[in-house]
Amino acid sequence: MDFRFTDEQRMLADTASAFMQEVADSSATRQAMISDAGYCAESWQRLCEQMYWQGILVPEACGGLDLGFVEQIIVLEAMGERLHCSPLFSSVIATLALRSVPESAIAFSLLERICAGDIVSLAHTEARPDWGSEGVGVTASIGESGWTLDGCARFIPFGHSANTFLIVARHAEGLGLFVADNNQPGVHCQRVQTMDQTRAMADLTLTNVSVAREYCLSTDFEGTLDAVLDAARILLAADQVGGARKSLELSVDYVQERVQFGRSIASFQAIKHKAADMMVKAESARSLLYAAGCIADEWLSGYSDERALCEAAAMTSAAAGEAYFFTAGSGIQLHGGVGITEEYDIQLYFKRARSTEAYLGNPTAQREVVARLLLDGDS
Amino acid sequence: MHLRFTAADEEFRAQVADWLSENLVGEFAAVRGRGGPGDEHCFVEERKAWEQRLAEGGWTCIGWPEAWGGRNASIEQQVIFNEEYARAGGPGRVGHIGETLMGPTLLAFGSDAQKKRYLPGIKSGRDLWCQGYSEPSAGSDLANVRTRAIFDEPSQRWRISGQKVWTSLAHESDYVFVIARTDPQQKSHKGLGFFLIAMDQPGVTVRPITQLTGTAEFNEVFFDDAVCSAEDIIGEPGDGWKVAMGLLGFERGVSTLGQQMLFQTELDEIIRIAKSNGSAQDPAIRQRIAEAHIGLRAMRFNSLRMLSGVADDASLGREAMIYKLYWSSWHRNLGKLAMDVLGPDAELLLDGPYELGRLQSLFLFTRADTIYGGTNQIQRNIIAERALGMPKEPRGTAT
Ligand SMILES: Cc1cc2nc3c(=O)[nH]c(=O)nc-3n(C[C@H](O)[C@H](O)[C@H](O)COP(=O)(O)OP(=O)(O)OC[C@H]3O[C@@H](n4cnc5c(N)ncnc54)[C@H](O)[C@@H]3O)c2cc1C
Repeated sequence: MDFRFTDEQRMLADTASAFMQEVADSSATRQAMISDAGYCAESWQRLCEQMYWQGILVPEACGGLDLGFVEQIIVLEAMGERLHCSPLFSSVIATLALRSVPESAIAFSLLERICAGDIVSLAHTEARPDWGSEGVGVTASIGESGWTLDGCARFIPFGHSANTFLIVARHAEGLGLFVADNNQPGVHCQRVQTMDQTRAMADLTLTNVSVAREYCLSTDFEGTLDAVLDAARILLAADQVGGARKSLELSVDYVQERVQFGRSIASFQAIKHKAADMMVKAESARSLLYAAGCIADEWLSGYSDERALCEAAAMTSAAAGEAYFFTAGSGIQLHGGVGITEEYDIQLYFKRARSTEAYLGNPTAQREVVARLLLDGDS
Repeated sequence: MHLRFTAADEEFRAQVADWLSENLVGEFAAVRGRGGPGDEHCFVEERKAWEQRLAEGGWTCIGWPEAWGGRNASIEQQVIFNEEYARAGGPGRVGHIGETLMGPTLLAFGSDAQKKRYLPGIKSGRDLWCQGYSEPSAGSDLANVRTRAIFDEPSQRWRISGQKVWTSLAHESDYVFVIARTDPQQKSHKGLGFFLIAMDQPGVTVRPITQLTGTAEFNEVFFDDAVCSAEDIIGEPGDGWKVAMGLLGFERGVSTLGQQMLFQTELDEIIRIAKSNGSAQDPAIRQRIAEAHIGLRAMRFNSLRMLSGVADDASLGREAMIYKLYWSSWHRNLGKLAMDVLGPDAELLLDGPYELGRLQSLFLFTRADTIYGGTNQIQRNIIAERALGMPKEPRGTAT
């Protein structure tokens, strides 16, 4: 048991925050979020070439770094702190999906392409009413010449920029995972306008899309999907924890400067106590996040099972979602009128808090997952 | 960063578990799960005897250096010991103030003579200690203590006069550590001394205070020319505040993990009841039970982070500051959850004249958790000022 960063992890954290400071200051973020793609292609290229964060969880054989989940969390936390607009999250989830299916030449080459900076997106849900397998809205039917896919998937982060999709589709016997390129006939993906502009989203429509047999990576993907989504919740929580800590920092900086009634408003106890509560929530979510990172690492290496991963993900997601919303929401209050302006960044954190909290199941839904594990059945 | 224990640590775990299961039997079977805040009045004699049994097995003060009878146990081993202790239902430690507060304070600030004089009694489970900080006019504002210490040249002794209040377990203790004013000209945290005083002497009077639970674990303690020797002041006159604050830092040590295991047994009990009386189907209760579970896990990882980092950078203190506020609020909410899970039955006592069930005691006594050891408001002040660098509270002039 050693619940602190190794020297290498600490170095990675320092590098990550330095790099983010360089490519993702407020004006860079604001520029990227209103661009067509929703991210800055040049910083993405630098991230892929100089930082190589897209390769963190990719096996060495495919050109990756083969590091751990904790390392992945470290960089996502740094990115969340800066509201960085980036398709990295998508590619990491795709990486996890590709690692979880039976080995194949196609999966191997997709992992190589992820390392090369291609954007690969998991398209799995219509999110009605559920983010998991019940929400799958694409069907796959098998014929003489292979598979045909039809239907929709929604809320795909940076899907409009994806080179390739990993599509979860329902077939006669269960769920499968299929590969389709964005320029394939019948594949149509379009960005949707979102309240939080820092995390662009797209909808995917598939009309009679032909997929050759070898591009079906799994026909038994149901349990795997749950595990991949749990891992994704932990990754997203890293973004939320980063954002929560930054919301606190911005707010404390602001109240220290602002003077009313002849004193810094930071000296008012109502303000101090609110800030203390923000810190408690943010740091506790952070502790859960790092523990979840360790558990996900154990899951990746086969030491712990899906149940442990599921519990860790639900707990972390509930705590991080709530911590982010609380810190960003309270942050606006501590800013007073300027918190409502477009000019100050706290509103951007507030919007990202809301969009990440709702993504892949809100805190109430996550607590219900925990409740099920604790209260239902004999286990 | 990882959460797995080494094979050697797991072996240590088995050793602890074996010893506990062999020893928590016979006369000690009844004390399993008893004692601790809210239940301190139970099985006192048995629990005192248990301290000595633990000591004979070498299981008190395991984190202390070997020279002072400890095992020099690593953080991991201390974590494991506390987990296994609670898992086995080890009773609330009557010796905890000595082991976790006084001992570390002596090790850090005491002279060799003081260590020789007091550590063995703590280590062996013979001497019980209590904490004499609060006074009627010094609660949250601890620096406002008025108890006086005057050095009597002819007898070469300190004479202590004044009143302490809320002194937990004073009625069971052999010694009390006291902060008292050595320099009446000085105000606030200046001019204080830190004294080690024997309870069994004519100048010390203990009066129990009955709590809302109907039982009495804390007391008023009156000092009327009580004496201690010239060697019984830690540091110099004037160092009292520094020592007192150092001691409070030890409160956030590994013992918190044992406390969490007790919390876990309470939560397990609440879950068991919820499943059996059907409230586990109530969506609102489900949310709250899940919330409690998540909070307890967060507490565990907060403390592991804090403990793992002890050897690390200075930012650690920052995260450690959230600990008290977090656990006390969590525990208080658990008490309310217990009542809501029990429903109407929560109101019914076990027996007259005021015999509370465990969960009723939990509910009532957890209201104290957010008060003692620094109230939640004071904790928030500390977090804001020391962790976040916000301005200090202004001091008034009223007395
Ligand atoms: C069960 C129990 C056991 C205890 N055991 C011991 C013991 O063994 N030894 C010992 O020395 N003491 C002990 N105490 C005393 C305890 O430390 C004090 O009760 C505590 O520090 C609060 O002091 P007070 O009771 O005087 O409340 P006060 O200080 O009068 O506080 C009353 C209220 O005012 C608030 N308040 C005070 N100052 C501020 C401020 N600056 N900003 C905002 N709000 C403020 C408080 O938060 C609280 O809500 C024990 C207390 C309890 C309940």
